[in-house]
This record gives sequence, C-alpha cells and structure tokens, in this order.
Amino acid sequence: MKPILGVLAAAAVFAGLAVAPFYLGTYGIGLMIGMIGYVTLASAWALFSGPTRFVSLATVAFFGIGAYTVSVFYESFPPLMVLGLAALIGLAVALVVGLATLRLAGVYFVIFTFGLAELIRQLVTWYEVNITGTLGRYLFVSYGPEVVYWKLLVLCAVTLGIGYLIQRSRLGLALKMIGDDEVVAEHCGLPTARVKLALFALSSVIITLVGAIQAPRWTYIEPTIVFNPTISFLTLIMALLGGANRLWGPAVGAVPLFLLFEWLSANFPDHYSIILGLLFMAIVFVLPRGVLDFLEGLIARMRKQRAGEASGAGAGRGAGRLAEGEAK
Amino acid sequence: MKSLKDRLRLSTFAVLAAASLATFGFAADDAAAQERKSIKIGYAVSKTGANAGGAAMTTIPNYKLWLADVAANGGLELPDGTKLPVEVIEYDDRSSAEEVVRAVERLAGQDQVDFILPPWGTGFNLAVAPLFDRYGYPQLAVSSVTDKAPEFVKRWPKSYWFLGGGRDYAGALAKMVDSQTEAGVINSKVAMISVADGFGIDLVNAARPAFKEAGIEVVMDRTYPVGTQDFTTLLKEAAASGADTFVAFSYPPDTFALTQQSQVQAFNPKVLYLGVGAGFPTYGRNLGPKAEGIMTLGGIDIKNERNMAYRERHKALNGEYPDLWGSVITYASLQMLQESIKRVGLDREAVAKELSTGTFDTVLGETKLENNQLRQLWLLGQWQNGNLVGVEPADRPGASKPVLPKKPWQ
Repeated sequence: MKPILGVLAAAAVFAGLAVAPFYLGTYGIGLMIGMIGYVTLASAWALFSGPTRFVSLATVAFFGIGAYTVSVFYESFPPLMVLGLAALIGLAVALVVGLATLRLAGVYFVIFTFGLAELIRQLVTWYEVNITGTLGRYLFVSYGPEVVYWKLLVLCAVTLGIGYLIQRSRLGLALKMIGDDEVVAEHCGLPTARVKLALFALSSVIITLVGAIQAPRWTYIEPTIVFNPTISFLTLIMALLGGANRLWGPAVGAVPLFLLFEWLSANFPDHYSIILGLLFMAIVFVLPRGVLDFLEGLIARMRKQRAGEASGAGAGRGAGRLAEGEAK
Repeated sequence: MKSLKDRLRLSTFAVLAAASLATFGFAADDAAAQERKSIKIGYAVSKTGANAGGAAMTTIPNYKLWLADVAANGGLELPDGTKLPVEVIEYDDRSSAEEVVRAVERLAGQDQVDFILPPWGTGFNLAVAPLFDRYGYPQLAVSSVTDKAPEFVKRWPKSYWFLGGGRDYAGALAKMVDSQTEAGVINSKVAMISVADGFGIDLVNAARPAFKEAGIEVVMDRTYPVGTQDFTTLLKEAAASGADTFVAFSYPPDTFALTQQSQVQAFNPKVLYLGVGAGFPTYGRNLGPKAEGIMTLGGIDIKNERNMAYRERHKALNGEYPDLWGSVITYASLQMLQESIKRVGLDREAVAKELSTGTFDTVLGETKLENNQLRQLWLLGQWQNGNLVGVEPADRPGASKPVLPKKPWQ
C-alpha cells in the first residue's frame, strides 16, 4: 500500500510542476529550468556514485558531449532524433571510459574522471580548430524555454523512476554490496565490473541528455562554455548535501542549494564565490552524510529519547547518546 | 546538553531554510505602478571566472565611468528636459553561460529594468541575444568580434554590433603588408601563429584568404593551445622562415610572453604584429621605447581631443587608462543610448529606432551606425611615440602612417 501512495504523491508533484510554466513569468521558468536541470544531474550522478561510492567528476564531460551533439546535428535531424543520437554518443563514450577505468579505485578514479572532462574538451577544440576551422557553433531553435523545461521535467521523472526501480531490484542490492565491500561482493560471485559498467553508462546517458536538452538556452556553443567544470562540482555537492544513497536525496540537496545560489547571486553578486566556498566546507564538515541521513538520525534519536523518558530519565540520556553514536 | 556539532548542524539547516524562504520572498515583490522616480538600468558581466580579465579591462570600468558621468550630470535626461537618476542593478555571471542567461531573464522579468547593458564577450552576447530580442531590449553588443553581424541584425533587429569581424581586421593587416611590399620596405612573406581558441581561429581563418588574395605568401602557419607560455621553437622557426612579417593572433598572456621571448632571442622581424594585450595601456608603459613599431588590432586618433579627455576621466575614476581598442567604443555606445533616451524617451522601440538611424556626437567623434553596425573602426594600430595610433583604414581622417621597418630590439 505504502509504495503506491508514494508513487501517487510523486506523480501529483510532477503534474503540478508540468503546468507551472503557465503561471510563471520568464524568470520563473528560467529558474525552474536550472533547478530541474540540477535535480536531474544530481540524481543521475547519484545513480552510479551513490551506491558504489565512486566519486565521479566526469559530469561535465557528458553534459558537454550532449550539448555539442545538438549543436552539430540540430539542423540535420528532428529534435527527438538528435536527443537519441546524443544519448547514443554518450553511451558509447561511457562504455569505453567505463571499461577502461572502473577497475581503478578511490582517488585514482576521481582524478581520471576529472581529467576526462578536460581531455574531451581539448579533443573537441582540436577537432574544431584543425578539421572544421570554426570554434563556436550557433544553435538557433524556434521553441521557447517552456519546451526545454518540459523535456527536462520528463527526463527528471524518468531518472527518479529508474532510481526507484533499481532500489527495489536485485541490482540495487548488488550495488549496496559493492559499495560496502567490493572484495566481498566479488567473492560472493557478483559480476562487479559488469554491474558498475551498466550503472555508469546509464548515469552518463542521462547526464548527456541534460546537456542536450539545455543546449538551446545558450545560442552559441563553445568548449569553454559547455565544458565548464563548475557543473561537475555543483552536481557533486548537491548530491552530497541531500544524501547520495537515497532516492530523493539528490533532489533534497539540489533544490535548496540551487535556490540559495540564485539568491546569493542576486543579492550578493560580489561575495558569491566566498560564501559558496565557505558553504561547501560547511556541508562536508557538518553534514558529511547528507540532510536526509541527518534528519533520520535526528528522528531516531528523538524517538529513543521519548521512549527513554517513559522508562526513566537516566536511561533516556544513555539512549540518546547511543543513537548519536549510531548516526556517525 | 547539546553538543557543539548538533548546534552547528542546526544552524546550517536554519541558514538553508532562511535562504529558500528569502528566495520566494523577493519573488512576491509587488510591481505596483508608481510615479517614476528613477530609470532602472541593469547588467550582468563576468566579475569572476575565466572572462573576468576581459570584462575588467573593457566593460566594467566604462559602465562605471558612464554611470558616474550620468550621475554628475544629474541623471538621464528625457525629451521634456527632466532628469531622472539611474538605479543600477548589477549581477556577476561568473563566466557561466547558464548564469548570464538567467541573470538577463531576471533583469527583464523580475527587476523589470528599463534598459539592459550587454555582457562581455562574443559568446555571451550571442547567448543573451534571443532574450534581448524577445523582451524588446536594444542590445549594444560591443565586446564581440564576429563576421556574422549582418545576419544577426536580420535575426534580432534591435541588436547592434560595434567591434567589426575577423575579416575586417585580417583584411586591414593584409592591405598594410601588401602596400609595404609594393613600396619595397618588406618582402611578401608572412609567418603566422594563432592561439587555438575563438579569437585566434576567427582571425587566422580570415587572414588566410586575405593574404592569398593580396598575393602574399604565408610561409609558416601554426596554431598553439591556449595557455602556451614557451614560444622558443615557434619563434626560431619564424626567424628561419625568411618572412619579414611575423603575425601572432594571440591572447594577452601569450602576447606578453611573445614580446618577452622575441627580445631574448633577438628575433627582429620588420613587421611585428601581436594580438589582444598589445593594446593594453600597461603594455606600452612597461615596454617603454621598446614598444615602438609593434602593431596590433585597434588604436586611437590622438588628435581627437574628446577621446583624450575621455581617457583622462577614465584614469581619474578607475585609476588606469582604458585599453586602446574596445574601451572607447564601449563608452561611445553608452553615450548613444543616453542621447537616444534624451531624444525619444524611455520607449524601447523608439530608442532602438533612434540607435539605428540617428547620428550621435560621441567620444569617437560623429558616430552613426550602418545596418546596426559600427563601421568607423581602427582596424590596425601601431605604437608610435608612446601611443597606439590608428593606421588602417589609411583613408580614415586621423589615420597615422605606419613607421616600418620596426627597429631591432635595443
């Protein structure tokens, strides 16, 4: 009974979001595009990085691939086909990269993914300079920001749906095991490399699609514009804030952070970067396992405390301390 | 007792919650029409990030100077002679394309400003052009070098393009080399390098056919990646190529490095042409007499007293002279906006029409746009007696004669 209610609630939220453009002004729609974009990016990032705990900084590599594919092919094919093509290219790159790197562990994987974004940016630049002879590409579409928004919203719903299905499937269990101890998982007969590769490819294809859908917002596509490393870092911090190993965690992190960034850049344009830096440190320091984890710990502690008060004040304090220990 | 950690967690949470509330709070601002007490002008520029250097050189100081000048004048004048003070709304786009788009949406939809000044850079001006068009704001795109301006004007009739295109600058360079070859000052060979990024690619793509058309032989044509700092090999190759003309379509750090390393290697081409940065005021000041004869894009007419007065005002306010290419044009574009408002008022449609068709008295002299583009540009300049003077177009009033061959480094 409970899961059905949850699905219905989610469907109602998305239906409400879908009609939002009719009530919002230009700025509101722009804001929603940015927000849904980051919710999708963070959720897609967490699909792979949450359970496996492989920290990927390659987000912008796939995001940029999506944007570039659209700028190259948008005149040759209908829009949906261009999206399909972008997804295919993203998939191909993800498979090659995944096969080459998923046996790397820890910090080596982080550095590799960061380097990957730079590598692809340089490759695109090299190609444009030496083969086509133009660096910037123009991207003129006839539709407005509402269409971008709706496409993103569909992608966002699909991403969360996939996350939900994975959590309830054997794949989800396998992933948790890999995250907890990869060696043990391997000894239990799990094809860890294959599972990771599948998840990495899926996550990368979604990120590619976010870039492809958002590209028409900028009219002019250039490597420095679409391969902006800030996108990777923001995605990461949003997922971490909410909690990367829960379905709604990335969304819970992305929405307030995005609104906060927006508020900061509107009201403190000169101090934005300093505040942002401090905030990043605060998140990692104060909420290392995310808001949802923190809230659940808090609720558990309060429950235990209340139970403790019923049976005696001294025991209550002890129970509280125990719960705190568990939350860490 | 609550631990310190708990309190920290709670306070962080409270800050986040407050921030989200505040975001919704300012969205609910009432937009009740009240009697006009000011004119709202907004802009988003790159104060931080990769584009900050360019914006801090050409765009921001001139916006500040113009706003200060307007304030000193008692505000912006309207057709009936009244003057209204300017209320400025300024955002930092942090060199992010998505941010510049949203900032302009915020200016148009949320702040409902009367006019929006453009961001810095070709890519960002193009990113926001559809928005300016959709909301009917005139776009004075100054810091964008593009050959496609005529197409953009058709697409966005209220867009104005002030800095010409790669073909203009490369064409002027080829013309100068050609005429100096004919005069027997230099041979007709050119060695050329370019940075593998927007500016370098645009310029070198325009330069290849321009040199070919002028019958000039390009004996060396190489690109180098952004961030290159060691040009020893490229300079050696250029020196060995037998070309009298060395051209580098470079970015500021490369321009400075090339200048330095040419001196160290005693590389003395008869024509030395460098890219962005050679027109910065610090360039001429730091090099002193060594800058003499170096050529680059832009330049000014030092006999234009209004321009020279503008330069002094710029220094008084910003502590530094403006660059010798785009700055004065940025300021002139703002004067055109100011004058248009004085003539036709705050109706953006009427202001746009006035910008397209009117003739203006600016720090450039008498200024008039052709098909929404500024065509009275200095396309080639040369450092002479401590000033970067305009050399091409040679038939433009105020043009200086090139002094070639460039003297060897001292």
